Amino acid sequence: MAPAAVLSTVTSAVPSWEMVARQRVYWATVYRRTWKGSVFTSFVLPLFYVVAMGVLLGRFVDAGGGSLDGAPSYLSFVAPGLVASYSMQVAMGETTWPVMGMIKWSRTYYAMTASPLAVADIVAGQLLYVMFRTASTGAVFLLVMSPFGVFDSWVGVLLAWPVTVLVGLSFAGVFTAYAASVNSDTAFLVVYRLLVVPLFLFSGAFFPIGNLSAPLQWVARATPLWHGVDLVRMLVLDDVQVGAALVHLGYLVLLSLVGWVLAVWRLGKRLEV
Amino acid sequence: MVWARGLRKSYGDLEAVRGIDLDVRPGEAFGFLGPNGAGKSSTMRMIAAVSPPSAGELMILSMDPTTHGPQIRARLGVCPQDDTLDNELNVRDNLMVYGSYFGMRKAEVAARADELLDFVQLRDKAKGKVEDLSGGMKRRLTIARSLINDPDLMLLDEPTTGLDPQARHLLWDRLFRLKARGVTLVLTTHYMDEAEQLCDRLVVMDGGEIVAAGSPLELIRAHSTREVAELRFGVGDNEQNAELVADLAPRVEVLPDRLLLYTDDGEATLAQVHERGLAPMAVLVRRSTLEDVFLRLTGRTLVE
Ligand SMILES: Nc1ncnc2c1ncn2[C@@H]1O[C@H](COP(=O)(O)OP(=O)(O)O)[C@@H](O)[C@H]1O
Ligand SMILES: [Mg+2]
Repeated sequence: MAPAAVLSTVTSAVPSWEMVARQRVYWATVYRRTWKGSVFTSFVLPLFYVVAMGVLLGRFVDAGGGSLDGAPSYLSFVAPGLVASYSMQVAMGETTWPVMGMIKWSRTYYAMTASPLAVADIVAGQLLYVMFRTASTGAVFLLVMSPFGVFDSWVGVLLAWPVTVLVGLSFAGVFTAYAASVNSDTAFLVVYRLLVVPLFLFSGAFFPIGNLSAPLQWVARATPLWHGVDLVRMLVLDDVQVGAALVHLGYLVLLSLVGWVLAVWRLGKRLEV
Repeated sequence: MVWARGLRKSYGDLEAVRGIDLDVRPGEAFGFLGPNGAGKSSTMRMIAAVSPPSAGELMILSMDPTTHGPQIRARLGVCPQDDTLDNELNVRDNLMVYGSYFGMRKAEVAARADELLDFVQLRDKAKGKVEDLSGGMKRRLTIARSLINDPDLMLLDEPTTGLDPQARHLLWDRLFRLKARGVTLVLTTHYMDEAEQLCDRLVVMDGGEIVAAGSPLELIRAHSTREVAELRFGVGDNEQNAELVADLAPRVEVLPDRLLLYTDDGEATLAQVHERGLAPMAVLVRRSTLEDVFLRLTGRTLVE
């Protein structure tokens, strides 16, 4: 028979939020060693995008006089699309290689699982850090673009900010699950080429998806990035259609939740063997 | 401290641990001795409340790992077989970050970190990079890290594998001190001298099963003779000479490079060998060790 539990030695469970909060020291060290590199790119990259795509390319587009789903100029059409797409890319950058690294190279996750942290706590810490990263890069992106006069509603901009974080999260969960499931980082190049780049190009960031053939339009509408792009655009251009906005929001929240659950499941499979 | 009955671990079709019973008592140093692939690490990961058992019963610190994993881990110190130190952080910060996972306050971790760096003799490397440490230093840092929460039970998976003799002795010395402080140690090794030196009690594992259990002395008494006479003939000659000495000892083992004659009086046996006119290239009389126990029980040597 098993020895009876000595009651006084069985300590009660620490609430999950505290387990997650305990990881702040670790994530602060990660941020401290990466922020210098990321500050430069998060200021300069948006500027490059906006100048090249919005201002320079925009001249030709505006001269052509096409329809831009109600946006007053190509610059103001493309800017919200770029914000949302950038959030997806940051989320990918903060999950794929880093997650694999913490499994295979630095083995940091194994050190964490030997401590009281549970896999669900570790995933929560990871995804909250991604949200912090997309929130800060998103804020910088929005700030850099504001002098270009592309925003029609400041309330909308303030609401668009958390939406960009949600777009990032909806990808981060799925990518974390994926990174925990594959054995080689070449898998990420495949995802980048076959998923991220096509999403970036065809999810309505650069042109209204009405220009796609009907079947392709439906494909575009099924992608999370399109929902994010369209929602951010509605908000900053002060052109919110409540029904469509709620669908976008619901889709992104649902995918974020599904991705989160998948991440906990896959990482658990990987670490708890 | 650790209690198991019929504990099993399978990976798909592969049964790594095939039903073992354990009873680790407070304050003792308990060892798993076995060759690579015996299932030692699989067992350790289950005791660390990370890897769920496939079958059987397991209690750690009187708690069930399937329901109280975090509470168990809060009181364990784990030194895994492969290093999980963070190369991006300096030596001391490795301890600081790890301490935070246990909910310790910063000042508390800082004081403890300095104390532990002294204990493992790494104080002068505190600000150094982990990458620049030698293998032995990394192991000591891992041990310091596993002690940050002042654990009741320490798990050490092959703590000295790959270290040079000097680094091993330094590490053993630290483990002795921990034991003297009352920390319960559970360790795995495939070095019989390590098992003999460190363990009060141990189990010999092979192919996922426990083939013998007891104190080093008990095991040697039960499964081997007092002494062993080792005879080395030329390569290839060992087999045929084995037949000539077979009746001189209750048991004779033929290894590729030598013959082992198990006997209670090695010198006397050796004299008889010489009386027969046999002239081995080298001879040695020694006490029986756990290596002999393992050979007896499995027909194989521990380290190939
Ligand atoms: N995560 C794993 N997945 C599949 N097989 C494993 C895994 N871990 C260990 N094994 C297998 O289980 C057996 C026992 O391994 P292990 O417990 O590491 O033994 P030891 O630590 O004694 O060398 C080996 O055959 C090994 O290949
Ligand atoms: Mg092992």
